[in-house]
Amino acid sequence: MKSYLYYPGCSLTGTAKEYDLSVRVLIERLGGSLVEIEDWTCCGATAAQSVDSSIALALAGRNLALAEKTGFPDGTDDVLVPCSACYLNLKTAQADIKADKAVKAGVNRVLAQENLSVEGHPMVRHLLDVLSRDVVWEPSLFPASMEGLVVAPYYGCQCLRPFKVFDDPESPRSMDAMIGATGAGVLDWEMGAQCCGASNATTKPESGRILVDNILGAARDAHCIVTVCPMCQMNLETCGKKENWVPVLYLPQFLGLAMGIDRDALGLGLNLTDNRELTEHPQGG
Amino acid sequence: MSFPETKEKLPPKIRRDLDRVKEMLKPCIQCGTCSASCPNAEFMDLTPRQMWRMVLMDQVESLYASHSFTMCSACYWCTLRCPRGLELTRAMGELKQVGARLKLEASKHSDLFYRLFLDNIRQYGRVREMELMGRYFWGLKNPITPISYAPLGLAMMRRGKIKPELPGHGPGKLDALFEAAGKREGK
Repeated sequence: MKSYLYYPGCSLTGTAKEYDLSVRVLIERLGGSLVEIEDWTCCGATAAQSVDSSIALALAGRNLALAEKTGFPDGTDDVLVPCSACYLNLKTAQADIKADKAVKAGVNRVLAQENLSVEGHPMVRHLLDVLSRDVVWEPSLFPASMEGLVVAPYYGCQCLRPFKVFDDPESPRSMDAMIGATGAGVLDWEMGAQCCGASNATTKPESGRILVDNILGAARDAHCIVTVCPMCQMNLETCGKKENWVPVLYLPQFLGLAMGIDRDALGLGLNLTDNRELTEHPQGG
Repeated sequence: MSFPETKEKLPPKIRRDLDRVKEMLKPCIQCGTCSASCPNAEFMDLTPRQMWRMVLMDQVESLYASHSFTMCSACYWCTLRCPRGLELTRAMGELKQVGARLKLEASKHSDLFYRLFLDNIRQYGRVREMELMGRYFWGLKNPITPISYAPLGLAMMRRGKIKPELPGHGPGKLDALFEAAGKREGK
């Protein structure tokens, strides 16, 4: 595995700490390395695009400019982003900057305030893109087999849509091979690409909760759900009815467990749903 | 604030923004694939298809009389499936921006949250989640919501995921960027 520039995003320094921990330890275990973008700031999240397009473009553009300035390891252009919302914001900005000279000039006029400029060449890649296309998943990677467990792969929205990059945006399957290689079964369900309500869970909790309960209810036959986005994770862990709760892990936490990596190194005690049963699983790590 | 009776009474800048959305939506054939694909349609009293029609017919006052445009959670199902290839999620984002700029009642909660969010990152560069939520709850002026979030907040603090910090004063980390970008937007 190669080296990647790394954009953790705000959530991974706070409420999604365990996502950051597990991404870093997993990439290292797979033989890759991460170089964090220096002085990165917020991507703009949903807030900027709902209030002001030019602020949204400037916030994302700043991080792309810093990526270019930090320099790419291994001569690649890859920026690895674990959060789906950060991924989409950075990728949208990158595509707009590259496609339209006027957009690029406009962003650069703003960035000039900090002596930065952006060309628009970074390849913004979601963690799941990197894991599904840059790694060959074989059972030999997983000494702590997860046989007997059933996992519900939850993809959410923004790593799949609108940019069709590494998976089918209607019926995604890119997690199947890696989960399968751990020995676990993959739950056959329809909810993997359905929306969890995203930021509506905060501003309109009534509707957000219904979406979350639909997803959790459909995962009733699974031992856990795995996610690839801190917003999805937070919504699934906190917004549903108590009787629907099921352990929700970040994908790299689950893969790390099957590799036999220590619970603490994967931040498994930081999740809001109780996942101890999974590690006490007779075959599990 | 409430929406003026007709589009003509809007500030010119906002009229131009709405005209841009109208231009984006021109190829719409009213097939309703967007509404059928929308996870939030059941919480809307206007479907996405109806909203596009209102923009095209210059009947935005009816669109903004409803809270439906604020329900979009940016899942991009409509954009993916639109047979005309229209960037519908982006169009909805533009409609949200107009609602926020007019300080409409329907946009009140999201707008409060988004503005506090932007203030937060303007000051610190990265989101300070605890301060953001604290200010949001304060701004809601409703004691019930913070109480319902208290157990979650405590669980987060116990895990060291959020921590109380003194609010920052003085110049913000991203002041220059926000000012320069604001000027470009012409405000």
